[in-house]
Amino acid sequence: MRVILIGSGKLAYFLSKQFASKGYHLTVIDSDNEEAIAFSRNLKAIVIHGEGSNPNILAQAGAYQADVVLALTINDEDNLIACQIAQKEYGVPRTVALVNDPENRPIFEKLGISVAFSATEIIANLIEQQTSSDEIKNLLPVAEGKINVTEIALSESASIAGKTIDDLQLPTGTLIASILRQGDVIVPGGDTILQTNDRLILIAQPEYYGQLLRLLGAE
Amino acid sequence: MAQSQYIVVVGCGRLGSILACRLSSQGNSVVVIDPYESSFNNLNSEFSGFQIVGDASELAVLRSAKADKADCLLAVTDKDNVNLMVAQIAKNIFQIPTVLARVFDPAREKIYRDFGIATISPTQLSADAFITNLSS
Repeated sequence: MRVILIGSGKLAYFLSKQFASKGYHLTVIDSDNEEAIAFSRNLKAIVIHGEGSNPNILAQAGAYQADVVLALTINDEDNLIACQIAQKEYGVPRTVALVNDPENRPIFEKLGISVAFSATEIIANLIEQQTSSDEIKNLLPVAEGKINVTEIALSESASIAGKTIDDLQLPTGTLIASILRQGDVIVPGGDTILQTNDRLILIAQPEYYGQLLRLLGAE
Repeated sequence: MAQSQYIVVVGCGRLGSILACRLSSQGNSVVVIDPYESSFNNLNSEFSGFQIVGDASELAVLRSAKADKADCLLAVTDKDNVNLMVAQIAKNIFQIPTVLARVFDPAREKIYRDFGIATISPTQLSADAFITNLSS
């Protein structure tokens, strides 16, 4: 896969390292000259010093052949324009832009960007979903957060211990995907009985997640 | 421009302030947006419109300028990408009928003109002016 990454700083550096280790053909466009030189020494990537929204720089970076352009600078406008030019002028099939203003996320997608994501929004969601309880962990958003995978432990006092999954009447949009019990993995059916100290792997749409946690007595 | 219009001017530098003052003195109602309050010193006594301190690439700022009610938006900051982004939001999200963006980079200007954003390139205009003067 041919990837063009526009950005600078630690985010660009560590992402580039990951992409390189996955064997992607990577070109980095960095607006900071000294950093670009350092990157070119330390990364398995072609590094170009310049502005990612400059059509000539994009062409130099091989935009005609690129499969995806990632625009990760701190300026929303630069990310938007770089992605649009990559897409409209050079036919890059997939463009991904970082947005700082969360309100720009739907707008960027309306303006033709394949995926716009807001770090602010993601971090805010994470903080919101990280309840203080140690019993909940491994919260993993899938499909841009449209569904979450969570692991929770049933405490000694959980009122649902001894009930079957059918008894629980799980809210729509939620699922107990598996139960970890004393080192075994159980894929539960409706008649599976929950026990204390079970660890449940839950799959839930965020809007029903709170309801599910309350039902399981974890909140 | 026969009747009074509601005009949003984004950027209050040399160009933005001239546009805001002239349009205001012609009887239009003008709102000018700039991230730096000191930029409004560029406005002269002809200007009788509103000033908003803020970054127009932030949606909330455009909304506070009542962009949805505007007849016209001029994006004339010193940053091409800000102008192009604001112009697209003005046109596609706020449905402002007349939107113009200043774009210095002729390459970028051409790309965006081709997909329907009205742009003015000072670089292109000066080049044309030089050439015209040479040949006359």
